Amino acid sequence: MSTSLILIAIVVGLVLMFIGLYNGLVRQRNEVKNAWAQIDVQLKRRHDLIPNLVETVKGYMTHERETFEAITRARAGAVSAQASGSVGQIAQAEGALNTAMRGFYAVAENYPQLKADSNFRQLQEELTSTENKVSFARQFYNDAVLKYNTACETIPSNIVANIGGFKKAEFFEIKDEAERAVPTVKF
Amino acid sequence: MFSIIRSNQRKSALLITAMGLLLGLVGFAFGSYVHPAAGGIGVVIALIVWLVMLLTSLASGEAMLLAQAGAREVVEKRDAPQLVNIVEEMQIAAGLAQPPKIYIVDSTIPNAFAVGRNERRAAVAVTTGLLARLNRDELQGVIAHEIAHIKHRDTLFMTIAGTTFGAIVILADFFVRGIRFSAAGSRRSSDRNNNGAAILAILAVVMAILAPLLAQLLYFACSRRREYLADAGAVQYTRYPEGLASALEKISGSQNPEASPSRVLAPMYIINPLAAMGGTNSWLSTHPSTKDRIRILRTIGTTASLQAYEAAYQKFHAGKPVLGALSSTDSAAPVRAPSPVDAAVAVALPVGWRAARGVLHDVDDARIVDCSCGLRIRIPPGWNGAEITCPRCGSVHAVAPAPQTEAAPDQDSSSESAQSSEKS
Repeated sequence: MSTSLILIAIVVGLVLMFIGLYNGLVRQRNEVKNAWAQIDVQLKRRHDLIPNLVETVKGYMTHERETFEAITRARAGAVSAQASGSVGQIAQAEGALNTAMRGFYAVAENYPQLKADSNFRQLQEELTSTENKVSFARQFYNDAVLKYNTACETIPSNIVANIGGFKKAEFFEIKDEAERAVPTVKF
Repeated sequence: MFSIIRSNQRKSALLITAMGLLLGLVGFAFGSYVHPAAGGIGVVIALIVWLVMLLTSLASGEAMLLAQAGAREVVEKRDAPQLVNIVEEMQIAAGLAQPPKIYIVDSTIPNAFAVGRNERRAAVAVTTGLLARLNRDELQGVIAHEIAHIKHRDTLFMTIAGTTFGAIVILADFFVRGIRFSAAGSRRSSDRNNNGAAILAILAVVMAILAPLLAQLLYFACSRRREYLADAGAVQYTRYPEGLASALEKISGSQNPEASPSRVLAPMYIINPLAAMGGTNSWLSTHPSTKDRIRILRTIGTTASLQAYEAAYQKFHAGKPVLGALSSTDSAAPVRAPSPVDAAVAVALPVGWRAARGVLHDVDDARIVDCSCGLRIRIPPGWNGAEITCPRCGSVHAVAPAPQTEAAPDQDSSSESAQSSEKS
C-alpha cells in the first residue's frame, strides 16, 4: 500500500520534472528565435538599402564597374542565403558582403564629390547603423544560443531534449578579415 | 547586468533612507524651534512636503526636468537621423524593450542626460552643441552611457534622491527665512528665556544650515559610483571605449559654468556642467573627475567587457574594486575597430546648428541671394560660380563676384558648403 503510494509519488514527480524541463527548453528555444528575428529584420533592411546606394553612386563612379558588380553579386548571395534560413550560410554570405562593402568604401574615398552628396551620406549612415544593429543583435543571439545549447547538453535536460527532439542552435559568427585583424587579449 | 541593478538598489535604499532621516531631522528642528514640544509635528510636516514632492516628481518628473532644461522632442527620424539610429543601436545592445524618447536641447554647450523612472518612460536628451561637435563613435559612446543609466535604474534613483534633496533645501531655506523674520520682529526673546530652549534653538539653526550641505554630499556621493558603472556599461554596449573617452575630453573642454543648470539637475548630466575639468575626486563633486574617467577608458586593452573596465579602474585606484563581483558574469567581446563613417555626421546636424552656421556665414561676409519664392540662399565664401539655381523653385540667380579675392578653397569643399547652404 505504502510502497505503491511512494511509487506513484515518484512517477508524478518525474512527470512534473519532465514538464518543467521541457517548458524550460521551449522557452529558451523561443528566446533564440526572437533574437534571430531581430537579426533577420536588420539583414533584410541591409539588403534593401544596398541597391539604393548603388543607384545613387553610379552617376559619380562611372569607372568602377567591378566594384558595383562585386557588391551586387555579394548581395544576391546574401539574399538567397537569408531565404535558405541556414545560419552558417547566412554568416558566410554576410561576411562576403562585408568584404565587398569595405572595398566599395575604400574606392569611394577617391570621390570627394560623392562624399559630399547628401543622399549618399544619408544612405551610408543608414547602412552603417544597420550593420551596427546586426552586430549588436548578434551578441544577444549568441548569448541566447549559448544558454540553450548548454541546456541541451547537460544532465538532466539533455534527456528531455533528446526525447522532445530539441536540436542545438548554431552560433552566428560573421567571419570578416578586418574584425579578425583586431587582436584579442584575455585578462 | 541584473546584479548591477540589484547592488545599486541596495545602496540606493540606504542612501535614500539617510536622506529621509536628514529630512526628518530638519523637520524636527523646525518644529522644536517654533515650540519645544512641536518637534513631532515638524517631522510630520517635513514628511508630507517630501511625499507630495515625491509623488509629483514620480508622476511627471521627466516632463518637469526636460522642460527645465528646455528640451524638445525629436518626433520624426529625419529631424536627427543619425541620433535616432544611434539610440536604436544602443537600445539593441543594452537589450531595452523599446528605445527611449529622444530630446534635443538648444545649447551650444555640449552635454547629455537621461531621465525617466522606468524603461518605458525613459528619455535621453542631448544638446545641439554635442551633436555639432562629436563624431559618430563619440556620440555612440555618450548615448551608450545614458542608456546604461536607464538600464541600471539610475534615472529612477536620481529622481527620488534629487527630490529628497530638493525637499531638504526648500525646508531649510524656509526655516532660515522664518528665523530672520522672527528675529526682526524680536518676539522670541521675551517669549522664552529658558536655557534649554535657547540651546535647542541654536542647534536647530545649525541643523538648518548644515542639512542641505550634508544632503548634497550624500546625493553627490552616490552619483559618482554610478558614473563609473555607466561608463563600464557604455564600454560593454559599444565595444569601443575610445569613443566615450574622446567624447568626454571634448565635452569637458567646452563647459561654461555660468550658463549651467540647477544643483538638482547637475548630477544627471554626462559631465557636471558646474565643475568642468576637475582634477581630483573630491567629496563635493557629483561626478568622478573627467581625467580619471578618460584614463580608465583609455587603459582598457582590446577586450570590451565589464572585467576589462574593472581591471583598468583598479590600476588607478590601488586595486580598489568599483564593480566587484558584478563584472564576473558578462561575456567578453573584442574591442571593435572605429566606424568608417565620419562624413555622415553632417546629416544629423540639428536645426539650431543651421542657424549657427548662418551666423558664421554672415561673419564671413557671405553673399546672400533672396529668391522671389522667399528662400534666402547664403553663398559661402569660396563659391566662385556666376549663377546659382534656387533649390526650391528652380529659378536661376546671378551671383555678385566675391567681395574679396582670397585664396579660395578647392572646388570640392566649396561645392559641399554650397550644398549645405542651399538647405538652410
